[in-house]
Amino acid sequence: MAEFLSLKEAVSRHINDGDTVAMEGFTHLIPFAAGHEIIRQEKRDLTLIRMTPDLVYDQMIGAGCAKKLIFSWGGNPGVGSLHRLRDAVERGWPNQLEILEHSHAAMACAYEAGAAGLPLAVLRGYIGSDLPKVNDQIKFIECPFTGEKLAAVPSVRPDVSVIHAQRADRKGNVLVEGIIGIQKEAVLAAKRSIVTVEEVVDDLGASVNACVLPSWAITAIAEAPKGAKPSYALGYYDRDNAFYKEWDGIARDRDAFQAWLNENVFENGGA
Amino acid sequence: MSLEFTSSEMMSVTAARALNNDMTCFVGIGLPSEAANLARLTHAPDVTLIYESGTLQTKPDVLPLSIGDGELCESALTTVSVPEMFRYWLQGGKVSVGFLGTAQIDRYANINTTLIGDYREPKVRLPGGGGAPEIGTNAHEVFITVKHSKRTFVKDVDFITTVGFGRDGKARDNAPNIGRGPTVVITDLCILKPDPDTKELVVTSLHPGVTREQVIDATGWDIRFADQVDTTPEPSAKELDVLRDLKARTNAHHAGQQ
Repeated sequence: MAEFLSLKEAVSRHINDGDTVAMEGFTHLIPFAAGHEIIRQEKRDLTLIRMTPDLVYDQMIGAGCAKKLIFSWGGNPGVGSLHRLRDAVERGWPNQLEILEHSHAAMACAYEAGAAGLPLAVLRGYIGSDLPKVNDQIKFIECPFTGEKLAAVPSVRPDVSVIHAQRADRKGNVLVEGIIGIQKEAVLAAKRSIVTVEEVVDDLGASVNACVLPSWAITAIAEAPKGAKPSYALGYYDRDNAFYKEWDGIARDRDAFQAWLNENVFENGGA
Repeated sequence: MSLEFTSSEMMSVTAARALNNDMTCFVGIGLPSEAANLARLTHAPDVTLIYESGTLQTKPDVLPLSIGDGELCESALTTVSVPEMFRYWLQGGKVSVGFLGTAQIDRYANINTTLIGDYREPKVRLPGGGGAPEIGTNAHEVFITVKHSKRTFVKDVDFITTVGFGRDGKARDNAPNIGRGPTVVITDLCILKPDPDTKELVVTSLHPGVTREQVIDATGWDIRFADQVDTTPEPSAKELDVLRDLKARTNAHHAGQQ
């Protein structure tokens, strides 16, 4: 059964330096509050996995939490670059960052394979792309039935997955609605999981085919209202597109970033 | 009486016209999204638009800033998980057109959204592949829309993120179970299509008022022109109205969000 913890306690107890951590949410429901708590607790040497690193990993990378990033699209959607990610890749600030890069299809399949307990995912992918030349985790195998050449990537099996969701009931069952992305697969693929939620309610109000994660499949739940801001939680608040644009200016400059981090993460926020 | 329009508007309208009601289009963010929604709001009201965030048959009222804005989900017929989107809908062969933008494109329509320079020591690190590598091969065909410049139109891309026809034009020959690849590239100056034999991009239509010299100057290889080069039809008053409304609505919406 999932244990209800404060966010501070959940992060402190379940995320260790050196862990492989997947924080998912495809544009929607990005676990920013949890990311900020990880920054505040100064976790180090994390291998971060996320299809779209987005601002949350830009912040964590800039704050020095990461030694490696596994991803498939590293931009600020509709705006441009993730400047903290670029600074780390291009100039090693604040530390060297190793990157391993995939396509979305391969990452999605790799999470699914992780949830399914398989060692690898198979897809019709990477045909003619240079990505296999720079990522030794992309191989090609022959279908034993048809002889077709297919791409294979190792499954994603994080130490910890962190997601944000709309709500949990008091037993710890969790409902995810809207763009559900890769949330379910990320939790089921991981050894441990932390789910932050907008609220805890008596009744989830889930329809029969809704995306529900049962309490016994989750390690810890922490209530974190507005925990996905500046991304969004369908039914609660909209994506703050103005902030996504503003981030471009903040993240371009190391000093502006540090000031933002001090003011908004270290001095403000957290329980 | 000729209307006033910008080269960007010319590009969006021409890109929109490439789509029709019978198509199921996997839409990239940015220019492709603008063109696809313009098509839906003008001549192709029943075109099916799909975004990689899992939103199937979506009809946004404003253009999304990200691939997963709430607007896309709320106006969709249904929303599926990301693995389902890539495995069942794209790899399963349900997408007729992949509509992509790019940072670099070369003469064989290979596209690069990964980096400029050397992989381990990039001059400019770009966002990466995202959905494009598999959209490029699993969609039945691919449309590309991008602004024309020497920086973008290079002889050979620094990195093939998503294959067009490979380094020699032959990458799709004998590759089983993949789509036809890029069939049209629409820029702010012209329309290009791959030569049926060599697969090298050639100019098939110039936008009104654009000269061959302009295209030559904006292309990083010795660009060829088709035997017969057409003049792209001008945007109509209705297309321009709808496009301008859509962009004004979108800007107001994104600026107003806090």
